[in-house]
Amino acid sequence: MNYRAIRAIYLFEMARTWRTLLQSIVSPVVSTSLYFVVFGAAIGSRITEVEGVSYGTFIVPGLVMLSVLTQSISNASFGIYFPKFVGTIYEILSAPISYFEIVIGYVGAAATKSIILGLIILATAGLFVPLHIQHPAWMLTFLVLTAVTFSLFGFIIGIWADGFEKLQMIPMLVVTPLTFLGGSFYSVNMLPSGWRTITLLNPVVYLISGFRWSFYEIADVSVPLSLGMTVGFLVACMAIVGWIFRTGYRLKN
Amino acid sequence: MSPIISVSNLSKTYGSGFKALKGINLDIVKGEIFALLGPNGAGKTTLISIICGIANPSEGRITIGGHDIIADYRAARSMIGLVPQELHTDAFESVWATVSFSRGLFGKPKNAAHIEKVLRDLSLWDKKDDKIITLSGGMKRRVMIAKALSHEPQILFLDEPTAGVDVELRKGMWEVVRTLQASGVTIILTTHYIEEAEEMADRIGVINKGEIILIEDKATLMQKLGRKELTLQLQNKLEAIPDVLSAYNLELSDDGRTVTYDYDTKGDRTGITSLLNDLRNAGIRISDLDTKQSSLEDIFVSLVRAP
Repeated sequence: MNYRAIRAIYLFEMARTWRTLLQSIVSPVVSTSLYFVVFGAAIGSRITEVEGVSYGTFIVPGLVMLSVLTQSISNASFGIYFPKFVGTIYEILSAPISYFEIVIGYVGAAATKSIILGLIILATAGLFVPLHIQHPAWMLTFLVLTAVTFSLFGFIIGIWADGFEKLQMIPMLVVTPLTFLGGSFYSVNMLPSGWRTITLLNPVVYLISGFRWSFYEIADVSVPLSLGMTVGFLVACMAIVGWIFRTGYRLKN
Repeated sequence: MSPIISVSNLSKTYGSGFKALKGINLDIVKGEIFALLGPNGAGKTTLISIICGIANPSEGRITIGGHDIIADYRAARSMIGLVPQELHTDAFESVWATVSFSRGLFGKPKNAAHIEKVLRDLSLWDKKDDKIITLSGGMKRRVMIAKALSHEPQILFLDEPTAGVDVELRKGMWEVVRTLQASGVTIILTTHYIEEAEEMADRIGVINKGEIILIEDKATLMQKLGRKELTLQLQNKLEAIPDVLSAYNLELSDDGRTVTYDYDTKGDRTGITSLLNDLRNAGIRISDLDTKQSSLEDIFVSLVRAP
């Protein structure tokens, strides 16, 4: 293993985060606070409890997930797309490092960033509503798994994209809708049965459900299923990344 | 001596079906400066990209210091520093940070003294804390060289190092390259400035349409350059060269009106005076004469234009 190379990429990417602190950390925190004001305080006060917890409290795990998902994707996709765009990728490709090490560097940094962000948002939420986490270890497990999985997914998008439009397309047109429809703001059980079945095809449902369970022990789907789906998605992303590097797709041809 | 880089039977076909390289065979000797000449689109950059691991080969095999570039890519790539043609740099990093990053990427432990030396040699030391975006084009080029040298490579690839660089800076760049060679680094540079190849290289290779059409010692090429051609227009048509002139190896044109004579300007005697004397004695009268030097440029153009 070329640990020094992993370290170099990781620190380089983290340095980019500190350089763009406003955009990386402050803006997601501000937008999450807005969600709390709108959904938690304004609308939430008119909604009765959901499965035994107040609406404001109920949406916390969903909101954290919303940020972690979108930020993981945007961090990782931008992290690898930008060197491709400005051409500095030549150095990564010509260095004595394996694909695995490249992925650890980029995805590790992107995931680190979104985990930090998720924890900051959680702390911010604590200012608005009382928080109680039943299973902190599982909470962290779901958080880390999701951050890593979606950073990998973002890495794939960053390699696939050959323009800024494509870079934005998947997060905007696919991930954001799936997250909103994935039970961030409601329990899937609140839906009519037809919609409920369709919703269960949405992978994000499983992530949010498992994450919410670690907080309040309430879940839309069983916890092992949530965990299984998350790990399954992680494995799928790893397989795609492996294929990309084996074939040199959009990198070496 | 075994070559430090050995390319055998290398071909590259792009996804579009374009054949960028066709069966390239090339050996680079340790410690030499090798200039790869060729027109735009000849395949110079593709060849370098494959050797350095940026593009995948379609066929063939390459070894660097005996290490296969695919099976043993870590050992192979550790030996190489690459300065690409385009100025690909991060904008917001400092010079020091970007050069240190490159060293880490190549798996070398931190060595501030080495990085300082590289930056000083390239006259970048007083810019070490500046953001790259604030530097001029020539300085950015030197930053890229510094990045390539940060991990102490044994082989340095310079892809069009002086394209778009002013005369002063070009001379400075040549100086840097010579110093590197003196320290034992093997250097491969691509250029389409023939002057540059003449100035720098120990050996010259010419590539065109994906094929290497000539590899020669510069000295041998220069000898060819030392040759001149004397063309004589005759007043009267000549059926054949008279036997008394056979020692001159003259060539008679098909129409019998032009005679050409090859001579070496660097020789002690060109033989021109005696040739003219002997022609007069043979009763051959001359209406006009012309001399022409074949340059590397001519050799290059005639090679590249050949079907």
